[in-house]
Amino acid sequence: MGMAAAEWKFHVLAVDDSLVDRKLIERLLQKSSCQVTTVDSGYKALEFLGLRQGIESNDPTALSTSPQEVEVNLIITDYCMPGMTGYDLLKKLKESSVFKNIPVVIMSSENVPARISRCLEEGAEEFFLKPVRLADLNKLKPHMMRTKLKNQKLEEIENGTEAVEPEIKGSEDMGIKILPLQSELEPKQVHLQVVKQEEETLSNNKRKSMEEGLSTDRPLPRLEGGIATAV
Amino acid sequence: MDAHVAQLQMQYRNYILSLYQQGFLDDQFTELKSLQDDGSPDFVAEVLSLFFDDCVKLVGNMARALDQTGTVDFCQVGANVHQLKGSSSSVGAKRVKGLCINFKELCEAKNYEGCVRCLQQVDVEYKTLKAKLQDMFNLEKQIVQAGGIVPQVDIN
Repeated sequence: MGMAAAEWKFHVLAVDDSLVDRKLIERLLQKSSCQVTTVDSGYKALEFLGLRQGIESNDPTALSTSPQEVEVNLIITDYCMPGMTGYDLLKKLKESSVFKNIPVVIMSSENVPARISRCLEEGAEEFFLKPVRLADLNKLKPHMMRTKLKNQKLEEIENGTEAVEPEIKGSEDMGIKILPLQSELEPKQVHLQVVKQEEETLSNNKRKSMEEGLSTDRPLPRLEGGIATAV
Repeated sequence: MDAHVAQLQMQYRNYILSLYQQGFLDDQFTELKSLQDDGSPDFVAEVLSLFFDDCVKLVGNMARALDQTGTVDFCQVGANVHQLKGSSSSVGAKRVKGLCINFKELCEAKNYEGCVRCLQQVDVEYKTLKAKLQDMFNLEKQIVQAGGIVPQVDIN
């Protein structure tokens, strides 16, 4: 693919109302070779992403990168925060057509099973108990890699450096599962891939399923796509 | 000079071990130390500084909340305890964290005298820890000034 080494640096947005915990998560992420931005509330997180009320674009040709043109590969947020909880933030992100594919991780000092399953069901990739350790963050690389590679793919498509693929019709004949076109993708040539139905595993232990999904025989990074249509 | 450095290093090792043995620190503190490196040489000191600032602020809030003539807002006290429990857990301040766990229960039980007593204990405890860690940092400085390096202390 020819990506420069610097482009592999993941950018994580960390959200926590505790100054001590922000300092800690920042160091942990830096130690994991990530670029970090910390904010102290869900509101500030949304602001950073450019997702404010009425400002979110419904334009299907809009890019998936935030208006600040800073790519965020993962959002890690505390659960218990005044005003907007981590769960509220998670919901807002998953409701957003632009940001729903950014992996979200929830942290909490309390081990409440109902809370954990609620977060995972809402789409959180992982749930970490505080204090978060370096070992926990190692689990995040695959999630960030997914969005990174996806964004790289999108760039290649936009730059026209992507290899031209024939339009594919009658996907049922090929036995490939086609997912609905995501609004943030440029409706140009798109790779079709066999996609693991991760939605089915939501009711299972999401954490475990994530780990299972990391085996070497996992297909190429998931890229939701549909049949190419004229722009 | 080497003998002096070695003596200081031994003193340092013993001091750190005693802090763990006496329950002032737990393995989260070890984790903090492991995050410090040449790129972030003052990380532990910086986090601890933020933690002790937090202690001052939160203890102040709790004292004010418990000082209400009339009805005490135990939820407010509890919210501050929760925050202190969180940050003490994050830095490995084991005794402070333990007190916060008790304190939380006292808030839930709306036990006024219990809360007041516990707050006093929290106040003493964080100040004691602060003094102990200051001694630890002073020892580190002495070692470095004597030309030695601060040893990694294996708690196990």
